[in-house]
Order: sequence, then C-alpha cells, then structure tokens
Amino acid sequence: MSTPAFTLIGFGPEGWGKLLLLAAGLTLVAAVCSFALGSLLGAAGAALKLASSRSLRGIGTFYTTVFRGIPEILVVYLFYFGGSLALTRLMHLAGFPGFFSLPSFIIGVVAIGLVSGAYQTEAYRSAYLRLERGQIEAGKACGMSRFVLLWRVIAPQTLRFALPALGNIWQSVLKETALLSIIGLVELLRQSTIASGATRQPLLFYGVAALLYLVMGQITALGIRTVEKRLARCWGR
Amino acid sequence: MDWPFLFATAKTLLTGVPLTLRLAATSLCAGFVLAVGIAALAGSRFAPARWLAALYVMLFQGTPLLVQIFIVYYGFGQIDFLRASFAWPFLQQAYWCAVLALSLNTSAYGAEIIRGAIAAVPAREIEAARAMGMSGLLLRRRIIWPQALQYGLANYGNEAILLLKATSLASVITLMDVTGLAYRLVSKTYRSEEIFTVAGLIYLALTFVIATGVHLLERRLTPCRRV
Repeated sequence: MSTPAFTLIGFGPEGWGKLLLLAAGLTLVAAVCSFALGSLLGAAGAALKLASSRSLRGIGTFYTTVFRGIPEILVVYLFYFGGSLALTRLMHLAGFPGFFSLPSFIIGVVAIGLVSGAYQTEAYRSAYLRLERGQIEAGKACGMSRFVLLWRVIAPQTLRFALPALGNIWQSVLKETALLSIIGLVELLRQSTIASGATRQPLLFYGVAALLYLVMGQITALGIRTVEKRLARCWGR
Repeated sequence: MDWPFLFATAKTLLTGVPLTLRLAATSLCAGFVLAVGIAALAGSRFAPARWLAALYVMLFQGTPLLVQIFIVYYGFGQIDFLRASFAWPFLQQAYWCAVLALSLNTSAYGAEIIRGAIAAVPAREIEAARAMGMSGLLLRRRIIWPQALQYGLANYGNEAILLLKATSLASVITLMDVTGLAYRLVSKTYRSEEIFTVAGLIYLALTFVIATGVHLLERRLTPCRRV
C-alpha cells in the first residue's frame, strides 16, 4: 500500500528528492544573503559601538541589545506583517488599491540579516579590541591615511580574529533560515512539510530535512576551519 | 500613540508569560540533567562513549530547533512503540513535545558548556588534591565542581537566555505563549507593529531579569574575583 521510503525521497516520478535538494539550495542562498547583509550591518554596528561619540555608541548598543534580546521569530513576524502593511499603505497613497505584500525571501533575508548583524557587531568589536594598539600607532606614524590603515592593518586582522565567532554565527544563520518556512518561503523545511503532508510521512521528511541541514552545516564548517588554519599559518611564526 | 490599545495588548500578552517561563524553566532543568550525563560521556575514558556524546552534540547543534520540534510533534506519532508506551499521553500534548525538543536541544549546548567548565579547572589543583589523598566524589565535590560552577555559570546564563528566546518557537505548534498570543492578536487586529513591539519588550524585560539574576549569583559565588 505505502510507497517505500527510498522511492519517496528518491528522484523518480514519485520521489521528492529533486524538490528537496532545490529547496536546500534556496535555504543556502537565503543563508548566504542574510549573512552578507549581517556582515555589512555588523561592520557598521561595530563602528558605531567603537565610536568616540556617546550618542553613536548608544545607537550601536541599542541595536545589539534589541536584536539579540528578542526572539528571531518575532523579528521575522514583525517584518512579514509590518512590511506588507507599510507597502500596502504606500501603494494606497500612490493610488493603487488592494493588498500588496513583499516577497517572503526579501523579508526573511532582511529579518535574519538584522539579527545576525547584531551578533556580528559583537564579533567584529571584540576582534578589533584584540588588535595591538601599537600597530595602529605605527601605521599612523608611517603616514598611512585612515582608509589605508583600515584596509591594510585593521580589516585583515580584525577579520582573522573574528573568524571563529563568525563561523558560529554562520551556523546559526543557516539554522535560523528554517524560520522563513512559517512566512511561506518554500525553503527546505517548508518543502519537507509539503512533502510530509502529501505522503503522510512526517518522520521521514523532517528526518531528511534535518540530515540536509546537518550536511550543509558540516561542509561549510569544514571550509571555515580550513581557512582559519591557513590564516593561522601565515600569522604564525 | 494609542496608549489604551498598547495597555490592553500588554495585558493580554502578559498572560502568556507564565507559559513562556514554564517552558523555559522545565526545559532548563531537564536539559541540565541531560547535559550532565552527556558531559560525563564526553569526558569518559571509553572512546565509544565519547563518540556517542560527540554525535549527540553534533545532531542537536547542527539542525534547526524548529525541525527538531516538528520531528517530535508530527513525526513521533508514526513510531509504533512510542504510541504504545507510557510516554504517549504526554507526547500527544503540544506542551510536552515542545518541552522535549527544547530540553534535548539545550542539553547539547549545556553539555559543551559543562565540558568546557570542567576542563578549565587547573590541572595542578587536581594533582595537588590527589597528592593530599582526595579522590572520586570527594575530589569532585571539593575541588572540581565548585570551580567548574564558577567558570561555567556565565555561559550557562547565556544559554538560559537563548533558551528563553527559543521557547517562542513553541507558538508554531499551537502553544499560546507570549509569541503565540501576539500572533493571534495580530491576525485579529492587523496592528502588527504595536503588538510585536510590546511582545519584544516583554522578552527584553525577561532576558534582562535573567541576565541580572545570573550576574548577582556569579558575584555571590566568586567572592575572590570581586573587584
């Protein structure tokens, strides 16, 4: 009566294999985009938190406190409902009636990116603080401009010090993209829900989803560790 | 600002706080017990026990919590021996499914924290204690555990905060915690900004309370490191 499990997750006409792999690809793309957005926000946030002006530091602290203190799912919901409502209001003002919604991919990437940016802020900030002050002074003494100093001395070392923390943040971003399934993006978890609904095999499909997340996480972790080792080599004596 | 609406929202959402706290507290306790066991396996001299612990940690840290919750909530019903077992009356309830998934998840992180805290106890102190003739439980009770507690407390506090935030995922499997109530309220009124902001403030307040509590506890437990 029931189709064997291997057929169901395979690539045949009854199999969900291809759809699941495509969905895993979308998960990966969403994670990369969110992480990239988070890097920009994190660099900006770290600059704010390290600024000499008190009000700028306040803004940075506000950002990290809020986005690290509230659950990711609330941020996703806020952007999902709020973003669509704001767009609809805007369109009404422009004279287009009806309801408009933003693509859930963009909403999800912005929401997860904002959260990961808050964590990346801390990663970059503590990496910058590990930098030897003498190197910056030496760079200034050599007559480097602020940009050259940032590009040649500060950025490479900050990145290297931040790399282990960034690796952890990448792993959580990858897992957090599962939240996008509840706002309707057909990524890996959503696709597994669809498949398990159609076949009544939730254990099988959520198990496969878990395995795919694990594989993606482990492979990227391996890559990050390789880069870490290589960087440690040229810094080592 | 529509203050009456904000107050009404806060009043509704605050009724979800007990459930949020109950989920977090139950999972924290159950997770800690599991974590101690996993950490013991990870520190064992028997290699397969260490592999088992490493596999456990990798499985629960490497997959999204939401997937784990779905496996427990939707998937466990397919397992016949579970349906026949004493656990089934519990696993039929969304609350216990959430508690189980959260406990398993947090125990993997907790095990790593405990392992790190025990490894941080200086080896020479253990050697000294052994030279004094201490061993077994006495050595652990007097030397290892008190210091491991000091080292691990801050990290475990962070984990407690992450766990509190993670309980919000239980709303996806129909539980009416703060997030669940907020979601229901939004689908009734469509005033998402105000409602989710109030919900966010409640979580911020809760995490602040936990962070302060852990900080005070840490100060109390480490009189020697106080400045």
